[in-house]
Amino acid sequence: MPVIVNPDKCTGCETCPASCPFDAIELKDGKAYINEYCNACMTCLSVCPEGAITDTGTGEQSTEQKQKLEDYRDVLVFAEQKDGKVVSVSYELLGAGKRLADELGAKLLAVLLGAGEPEARELIKWGADKVIVCSDPALEKFNDDMYSEMLARVINNHKPAIVLAGATPVGRSFIPRVAAKLRTGLTADCTSLEIDKETKHLLQVRPAFGGNIMATILCPNYRPQMATVRPRVMKKGEYNTAGSGEVVEVGLENIKSRTKVLEFVKEVSEVSVNLHEADIIVAGGRGIGGDKGYKMLQELAEALGGAVGASRAAVDEGWIPYSHQVGQTGKTVNPKIYIACGISGAVQHLVGMQSADIIVAINKNPEAPIFNVATYGIVGDLFEIVPLLTRKIREVKNI
Amino acid sequence: MNIIVCIKQVPDTAEIRINPETNTLMREGVPSIINPFDLHAIEAAIQIREQMGGRVTVLTMGPPQAETSLREAVSMGADDAVLLSDRAFAGSDTWATSYTLAQAIRKLGADIVFCGKQAIDGDTAQVGPETAEFLDIPHISYIRKIEEVNENYIRVERLMDEGYDIVESSLPVLLTVVRELNTPRLPSLKGKMAAKKAEIKKLGMADIGADENNLGLKGSPTQVKNIFAPEVKAERKMIEGSPEEQVDNLIKELKEIKCL
Ligand SMILES: Cc1cc2nc3c(=O)[nH]c(=O)nc-3n(C[C@H](O)[C@H](O)[C@H](O)COP(=O)(O)OP(=O)(O)OC[C@H]3O[C@@H](n4cnc5c(N)ncnc54)[C@H](O)[C@@H]3O)c2cc1C
Ligand SMILES: Nc1ncnc2c1ncn2[C@@H]1O[C@H](COP(=O)(O)O)[C@@H](O)[C@H]1O
Repeated sequence: MPVIVNPDKCTGCETCPASCPFDAIELKDGKAYINEYCNACMTCLSVCPEGAITDTGTGEQSTEQKQKLEDYRDVLVFAEQKDGKVVSVSYELLGAGKRLADELGAKLLAVLLGAGEPEARELIKWGADKVIVCSDPALEKFNDDMYSEMLARVINNHKPAIVLAGATPVGRSFIPRVAAKLRTGLTADCTSLEIDKETKHLLQVRPAFGGNIMATILCPNYRPQMATVRPRVMKKGEYNTAGSGEVVEVGLENIKSRTKVLEFVKEVSEVSVNLHEADIIVAGGRGIGGDKGYKMLQELAEALGGAVGASRAAVDEGWIPYSHQVGQTGKTVNPKIYIACGISGAVQHLVGMQSADIIVAINKNPEAPIFNVATYGIVGDLFEIVPLLTRKIREVKNI
Repeated sequence: MNIIVCIKQVPDTAEIRINPETNTLMREGVPSIINPFDLHAIEAAIQIREQMGGRVTVLTMGPPQAETSLREAVSMGADDAVLLSDRAFAGSDTWATSYTLAQAIRKLGADIVFCGKQAIDGDTAQVGPETAEFLDIPHISYIRKIEEVNENYIRVERLMDEGYDIVESSLPVLLTVVRELNTPRLPSLKGKMAAKKAEIKKLGMADIGADENNLGLKGSPTQVKNIFAPEVKAERKMIEGSPEEQVDNLIKELKEIKCL
């Protein structure tokens, strides 16, 4: 077991079983017993009043292993493109990657698949020291088999210590294959990436249990350390038109695919783009009561020049289309102002919006958890508040 | 058609709360459920079997109590249930979990493997694609519709950011599914009877020919260093008064910080 109980110290006080998110602690013969459901999350260590629970560690690294780790140096960003244009999360990753590379005294590399030299030059202006490009038209459309094989080859050739990719449908689909091929760890949806000052390992923070807790993940014994990051979580770096760097073209040799994309059917471009780009989001939950409430929000959003978001409850009711959903199973947004109307503030919703600069909560229940994250809270009936707000904002803005 | 559905028993995260004093999870009384996305995977598998014949096997890696979830899947209509359980599996991250599942799947044999898009406890969405890589078969993520399937070919719709891709693949293939795919059926009376009697096949490390170095915490490249409660913003300001006053004050505040 990754975690062990010292039977001499354990008093059988039953504090730890309830703390275990995995139901992995039972009481056997009056002592705590860790069963095979243990996920090594280490929650119980701090809970035990007797200090009877300790982790067993994963053993010392052999010198040979350490040397292998040291072969891995740079930071590599997978630059995703769509229709030949690099998507914005890639620039955000370059911003984060640059910071990490500087701290490590290493280079920042980027991989670009299915686009050409001009886009590669853009990546350099955003901070990359070197861009590895494969402009083969076969890679224009996303393909799991080919992308994962190509990226794995580039990683094997360049041996980066850290690999970052966007937690987009593309990244989330093929990056795990790369990690499996390379026998290394992958941490999904990181919200913070830092270098440990002492060990130089990457500290990867991510939400778990629907955002109820945050976990710091390490990948100490394998390289590269791989992480995905959702769009709009990291900030773009500086754009420097004079930035210089190297572009290296690589070929697509002997790579086959077992799947094929026949067609892409565009459905809901405008709103989803809007939600990601909008500085102001007006979001509605079950409290908006129906289509009429939705119209009210649209008017407020329009007056503010913003977009409309939704909780899952409002989506499930069929009042607002899914593409507007914010949260764990929807989008992550990062606007300047987020106005939550009739949203209770379930953790699954909060994980998608709590990084907004200003959060305004309008809710008739003063106990609603949304007020815990709000910058400004208004207890009241949204059917009164929202139209008033719309009217007054129009007055202020003279529209 | 042999179909394997990978299901995970998870705590219902919607019910989990944090104890604000000790900063720990309050797990007590939180029900264990089949990962919601996996219910859609089970439904999809059963529909294919109804159309083409064959068998649906549900597979889970977890502790003995995960048997409850397997029986629930049988009550929905799965034919066979396999529990992968061994103390050597404890502490598996997605890499080790995928390796273990793949070892079992290879042994059981499958034309199609279904997974949920993600598990709600970890939300990684990594186990599906990693398992496919270990099996050396293709995978397609976020399936929202199955357009055509036969003995050696499948065509599906894959949900993307601004629409969907129509993707085809040869079989065997691994598919991860989203909620839009279908509505999971409720257990029938007959299903419930079957579930009670169903024999749960149990497999351990030796049965799947696994390399111990790839299992559990030892085989997992990632480690949890620590966990902590998410930060809560402290500077909250409640705006009181009549609706009129509240709105005026809000606008004043927003103007002051130059947000309007
Ligand atoms: C696996 C999983 C994933 C999930 N993913 C997401 C996700 O991505 N996004 C998401 O949002 N949710 C998600 N959820 C659901 C989440 O747990 C909540 O159920 C949901 O967010 C609740 O939505 P709500 O706040 O609109 O509704 P409720 O919780 O019903 O809250 C409605 C609120 O409106 C207030 N109200 C009612 N009438 C008025 C009025 N006239 N004026 C002012 N206030 C009023 C009420 O006081 C209440 O606080 C997920 C759940 C699970 C299990
Ligand atoms: N322990 C497990 N046993 C069986 N299937 C699993 C297990 N963990 C994950 N899965 C499958 O992989 C999917 C994605 O899980 P995850 O990568 O943890 O988000 C789930 O929906 C399941 O189908």
